[in-house]
Amino acid sequence: MATAAGHEHAEGQQHPIAVYMWIWALLFVFSTFSYLVDYFHLHGILRWTLIITFMLVKAGLIVAIFMHMAWERLALKFAILIPPLVLLILIGLMAVEGDYTFLTRLTAFLR
Amino acid sequence: MSENALTTNGESAAAIEGLAGVAAENAMTATGGSTAEPAGLPGVVSDWSADKQAFRVPWGKAMMWIFLLSDTFIFTCFLTSYMNVRISTTVPWPNPSEVFALNVGGTPVPLILIAIMTMVLITSSGTMAMAVNFGYRRNRANTTALMLITAGFGATFVGMQAFEWTKLIMEGVRPWGNPWGAPQFGSTFFMITGFHGLHVSAGVIYLSVVASRVWRGFYDRKGSYETVEITGLYWHFVDLVWVFIFAFFYLW
Repeated sequence: MATAAGHEHAEGQQHPIAVYMWIWALLFVFSTFSYLVDYFHLHGILRWTLIITFMLVKAGLIVAIFMHMAWERLALKFAILIPPLVLLILIGLMAVEGDYTFLTRLTAFLR
Repeated sequence: MSENALTTNGESAAAIEGLAGVAAENAMTATGGSTAEPAGLPGVVSDWSADKQAFRVPWGKAMMWIFLLSDTFIFTCFLTSYMNVRISTTVPWPNPSEVFALNVGGTPVPLILIAIMTMVLITSSGTMAMAVNFGYRRNRANTTALMLITAGFGATFVGMQAFEWTKLIMEGVRPWGNPWGAPQFGSTFFMITGFHGLHVSAGVIYLSVVASRVWRGFYDRKGSYETVEITGLYWHFVDLVWVFIFAFFYLW
């Protein structure tokens, strides 16, 4: 176990090229899907759900396979992937703040 | 394991601790400094609590990941500010589907240039992943070629972006206004795509430098091709950011 890990460390991340080709193809497919969302003028909740789903799938594939995060140790995964979650708080706060500004502007313009 | 064996012998606590320490030291020297690696959650605890290097990757790779983490914060701040101004404006937001449409044979095709740019960047990510693979196989020619192809796709992307910027500027888009609606459209567009384009341009230079070093056999002499993988991390990140820009700026 220890020697196998040490070997991998010395040789770096090595995986079959077929894995990359598969991910490459999937990224093409999902990019086409997200383009089609716009092409067919989908609207409302359906549009937003599809856009975010395809975006997250693509981002996940890139980080996990192309950037080799799937094969890294959990310590590195945690150190890199958990801190960005605090950004969700920023996004939430700024969405609330944006709504507030919008309403303030509406009342100011209506007066 | 050795501790359990010692407790069954009925030794005093202090002696056990001393012996265990010696045993551990012996074990370390025997295996050349590497200890057994627990996986999963216990692995996190042992990696963080031990008096040693926390991340078992080359330092350059750890540093690149931390740089990319900080870059994630920068791009998220940009996209969040874009979200904020788009929510708060009382003027209609220009429809990106129409703004970024191109006339192909007399009919406007929505977002076609952006779709092609997306495909170009994804393709460059694929060639980069293969370059990393060939690097670890010590295949200099293929690694160099694939990295230069990647850089070529990157340069193509920047070229298309320059075309897009020129077209929009000719149509009257400015950071302070545009003919179709909310003036914030221009400022967020130029800021976000400009910063991303800067990253792609820097990546093209980075790739070219590393590719020329691969070709000259620098990493063969160094004995490790991890720099190619680190360069790849940066390049895939640029692609990753584009995924988010594509979703939130162009499709939303």
